[in-house]
Amino acid sequence: MRSILNIILAKGNKGSISIQETRNFYLFISPMLIGFIVFTAYPLIFSFILSFSEWDLMSPYKFVGLSNYIRIFTRDRFFLKSLSVTFKFAAMSVPLNLIAAFLVALLMNSKVKGIGIFRTIWYSPAVTPAVAASVLWMAIFNYRYGLINRVLALFGVRGPNWLWDEKWVLPAFVIMGLWGVGGSMVIYLAALQGVPQDLYDAAEIDGANSWWKFRAITIPMVSPALFYNLVMGVIGTLQYFTNAFIMTGGGPNNTTLFYALYLYRNAFEYMRMGYGSALAWIFFAIAMASTVLVFRSSPLWVFYEYTTEVEG
Amino acid sequence: MADEKMRYSLFKKIVIYILLGGGGAIVLIPLVWMVSTSLKTWIQLPQATIGGEQMLDVTSFAKELWPNPVDWSNYPKALTTFPFLLYLKNTLIITGLAMLGVVISNPLIAYGFARLRAPGKNLIFLAYLGTMMLPGQVIMIPVYIMWAKAFHAIDTFAPLIVGSFFGSPFYVFLLRQFFMTIPRELSDAAKVDGCSEFQIFYKIMLPLLKPAVSVILIFTFMGHWNDFMGPLIYINSESKRTLALGLAFFTTSAGEQISLLNYQMAVAFLMTIPCLVIFYLSQRTFIQGIVFSGMTR
Repeated sequence: MRSILNIILAKGNKGSISIQETRNFYLFISPMLIGFIVFTAYPLIFSFILSFSEWDLMSPYKFVGLSNYIRIFTRDRFFLKSLSVTFKFAAMSVPLNLIAAFLVALLMNSKVKGIGIFRTIWYSPAVTPAVAASVLWMAIFNYRYGLINRVLALFGVRGPNWLWDEKWVLPAFVIMGLWGVGGSMVIYLAALQGVPQDLYDAAEIDGANSWWKFRAITIPMVSPALFYNLVMGVIGTLQYFTNAFIMTGGGPNNTTLFYALYLYRNAFEYMRMGYGSALAWIFFAIAMASTVLVFRSSPLWVFYEYTTEVEG
Repeated sequence: MADEKMRYSLFKKIVIYILLGGGGAIVLIPLVWMVSTSLKTWIQLPQATIGGEQMLDVTSFAKELWPNPVDWSNYPKALTTFPFLLYLKNTLIITGLAMLGVVISNPLIAYGFARLRAPGKNLIFLAYLGTMMLPGQVIMIPVYIMWAKAFHAIDTFAPLIVGSFFGSPFYVFLLRQFFMTIPRELSDAAKVDGCSEFQIFYKIMLPLLKPAVSVILIFTFMGHWNDFMGPLIYINSESKRTLALGLAFFTTSAGEQISLLNYQMAVAFLMTIPCLVIFYLSQRTFIQGIVFSGMTR
């Protein structure tokens, strides 16, 4: 955030700029300009127009005004279902992940021999390809031979049919997400390592105990990382797709019909390009709203005073 | 006193190691299970475990975990049950060309933003960074239509590669920050010697950029190697699938057919190896890149 602010606040270019330098600048950035126009700006406008039309790419394009949006909000029960699935999952997985990642980071920040190996181990799931992880966890959650139910059988517990039980399928995805917690853990870890030792020393002189040092120094100092992970977690849930597509295909009985999956289906399975675009814009609105909400609330709990500058 | 303190820290250390070991095991076990399952014969897969409700004792559970006999032939068999080499080739073509595109485009763009001055520069840069906030889903449909209707490139690799040649805001930002740390005197001296802007970029700056470029190359490799949604949308022919797409279809079409489980795990593991190896080898750079992205946004 800070570096972006710096750019905004930066004074304009000083001195006169030669025409040649201007020309060179635009030459150097020309790939970006072309890409920006062709792959971002134009699609953005196109998508907005599409959301007011009906088009399956075969029959002629038809402008239908607001009817896509009206249908989504009044008659599309799958839209509501996918929203509730996504929010239910976000409500379970985002806070759990935030806490788990933080606890793991605290542990990984301890200065003991061989800690590097443990950090590597914890990060490994984050570099495991999503498809490979999905295939692996499908097997782990299998009712009969899956690892989890076999371990439960050790204790005489009959495990649920995780991925095909409406009650257990979302928790199953949450568990799988916790396995990859190392990904957000490193962000906390970097923040923890950036806390100046002086702060702790000063607190010690003032007679603070460990708990107080943790509450008054560690938590505020790490709050920007927490904030970042929260934003990423929310956006990540909204985009949750691959695992659901492969492992359950939205089932059972649409319990895992995540929003991104429903959007994909409309666009690329039912070929409803207009309807899909309308869903995409609603998605965008929700993503923006939740990001703004998190940003707005941040002054209440994010502490920015000490952020260390990053040098590339 | 000192003795007591030492004993306390020893106790603390033991607790830390127990937590580290336990946690590490929990994280590693699924991966180990993947490998052990990939080495089992099909006989060892279903029979032992029919009726998930039965009580299990520790010894039979341990026996069940360990492949016996260790069937190495699953790997060569998996390569033929599943067109692994073909999909590997497809994936490597896409990943390789995307890496090429990333290396060509991003340093140029970043150099422009870091070292050259022009009216409108800051505004363009901000708008560009702003696009990082734009979720891909919003423009996915029109971009698909563009590839379908304007370029007639559905079921080719082009839609999966071409974007890389036009830069990505995050990579540009990362490289720009890196350029900012290189002293200006270096390029000024070259300018006095009559080097053109492009020569300065190409001969002086680019070689200095290696560490930062390696970060974005690793990210690009991981991104394209693992990409699922892109190939899912753009590739129709079975022969053009990538590893990610192929493995997904192989698994979903097998369904509950357990006899293929060991092959699925073999392919999943083969697909994971390069990512793990690259991560282990480049750990420091890699993590720095991840953390950098977290701190700047």
